[in-house]
Amino acid sequence: MWEQIRSNQIRSVVLTIGMGALLILIGYFLGLAFDSAVAGLVIAILLWVILSLVAYFQGDSILLGMSRAKKIRPDDHPRLFNVVEEMKIASGLEKMPDIYIIDDPALNAFATGRDPNRASVAITSGLLQKLNRDELQGVMAHEISHVKNRDVLLMAMCSVLLGTIVLLAYYGSRFLFLGGRTGSRRSSSSGGGGGAQLIILVVALVFIILAPIFAQLIYFAISRKREYLADASGALYTRYPEGLASALEKLAASTEQLKSANQATAPMYIVNPFRKKGLKASDLTSTHPPISERVRILRAMAGASFNNYDQAYRQVRGGKGVIPAASLTAETVPIATIKLEGEAGEANDIERTRDTSDVMWRLSNYKTITCDCGARLRVPPNFKEPQIKCPHCGRTHQV
Amino acid sequence: MIALYVIIGVVVVLLIVLWFLYNGLVRLRNQVKNAWAQIDVQLKRRHDLIPNLVETVKGYMKFERETLEAVTKARNIALQASSAGAGERAKVEGELSSALSRLLAVVERYPDLKANQNFLALQEELTSTENKISFSRQFYNDSVLRYNNQTQMVPSNIVAGMFSFKAGEFFEVTLAAEKEAPKVSFTQ
Repeated sequence: MWEQIRSNQIRSVVLTIGMGALLILIGYFLGLAFDSAVAGLVIAILLWVILSLVAYFQGDSILLGMSRAKKIRPDDHPRLFNVVEEMKIASGLEKMPDIYIIDDPALNAFATGRDPNRASVAITSGLLQKLNRDELQGVMAHEISHVKNRDVLLMAMCSVLLGTIVLLAYYGSRFLFLGGRTGSRRSSSSGGGGGAQLIILVVALVFIILAPIFAQLIYFAISRKREYLADASGALYTRYPEGLASALEKLAASTEQLKSANQATAPMYIVNPFRKKGLKASDLTSTHPPISERVRILRAMAGASFNNYDQAYRQVRGGKGVIPAASLTAETVPIATIKLEGEAGEANDIERTRDTSDVMWRLSNYKTITCDCGARLRVPPNFKEPQIKCPHCGRTHQV
Repeated sequence: MIALYVIIGVVVVLLIVLWFLYNGLVRLRNQVKNAWAQIDVQLKRRHDLIPNLVETVKGYMKFERETLEAVTKARNIALQASSAGAGERAKVEGELSSALSRLLAVVERYPDLKANQNFLALQEELTSTENKISFSRQFYNDSVLRYNNQTQMVPSNIVAGMFSFKAGEFFEVTLAAEKEAPKVSFTQ
């Protein structure tokens, strides 16, 4: 059943091995172009191991630190905390992930953490304001799916591979131009092997130019596939594809770019942080499938099972499905029709905005005092006076 | 001599297969147990929330004594059944759900109550607890299905029979109760 999606990542594994082969080849050719192929290999693998270790042990804190995400406690934002906990239960995750808010008006969210027991989810304050409860649930289901399907680790490791290849190609080509000259001088003095070395040099050069491009294409292919799978799992957890679909629509409508994202961290987010409006991302060079397509697939689902997602995927995109065959079962999983929170007790736009800004003030150590006249006083952390006067009605408050 | 080795080999292979099948069944049974514990946590949470809710609502509601009493009574019955099996519990919890939904439906008539901060916080908790109950039930039923399939399918059914792995019980809420599940519907 759904757990199998995790163990059925053959395609992703094959692609990752392909990237690894690229890395080994580039190391080999670089070494060959200088003097020793073995040295090239050793350098490439050493670089890769070091970067992998950093990513494995520090990846999540680097990512969260870079995006200036702030960790929240349950009572900071009960709704967000509850929604994440609901999805934790629905997915059968054992440990509650940490929850972070990024103070940014751009709309985005991501999950991180090397294994399901050390996971974190982060959401921008902009997105938190925009989404109603069902939509928030859909987004969090998608993120928890990334954790549950172990995409986070896979993508981190892939991006390290990609990074290593790019680094090697960049510096390798520089040294090759410098070292190539001295090398040819040396070979001309010894005579003979000049022609063979020239061929090696040309092959190495071509390879060094092409490797990063190939690696990037492979990386994008893996990333897109994981996005579809996370959408499918998300729909299964919530039993309500419409929640995620309508959240994605809201995300698509906004073009604000996330300040703290960069190319390396892009696949971690729920939608590509660098998308531009009106531009249909071309299929091969994007980390994410086009949002409109994801929405159409989710809306075409007749039930909430993987089968239904696969069917909808084939219907919208044509060709083969996206779900690994072993995860497809004949079970019918109906879409939830009664959503308790949809009609009910739903915080509206204004309340959500107020909630979110309250949290952001609190996380920056501001104190909020609500005056009897309805005004809210924000007391900065460096305010030293014992009392404060309400500027609206003049009442005094103890700080 | 060769025949002996063959026999030993076959026995070893069989034992290994048995070992894997047995462990697989135990893993699934534990997952069912854990999933049940999750439901239990959420149902307890709901039982704990109800006195608070009744207390908060009581001051505002002058004419709804019966509705309030029905909720309290349903909660007490559910509390007593808290060590019963899945089937029995599903029934009494379903009744609690419908009693709650009747209470929350009449909240509509009390605008003051809907502006009460304490009540709003409770409402969020209650909505979420209802969701958590249904998500944990969803996960529990999926786990039971997987476990039962495993105990019935060849070859693991043989192992299940040998070590008496019993089929799990689904947690089904009757449809009527499901439809009436507390619509926390007091739109602002």
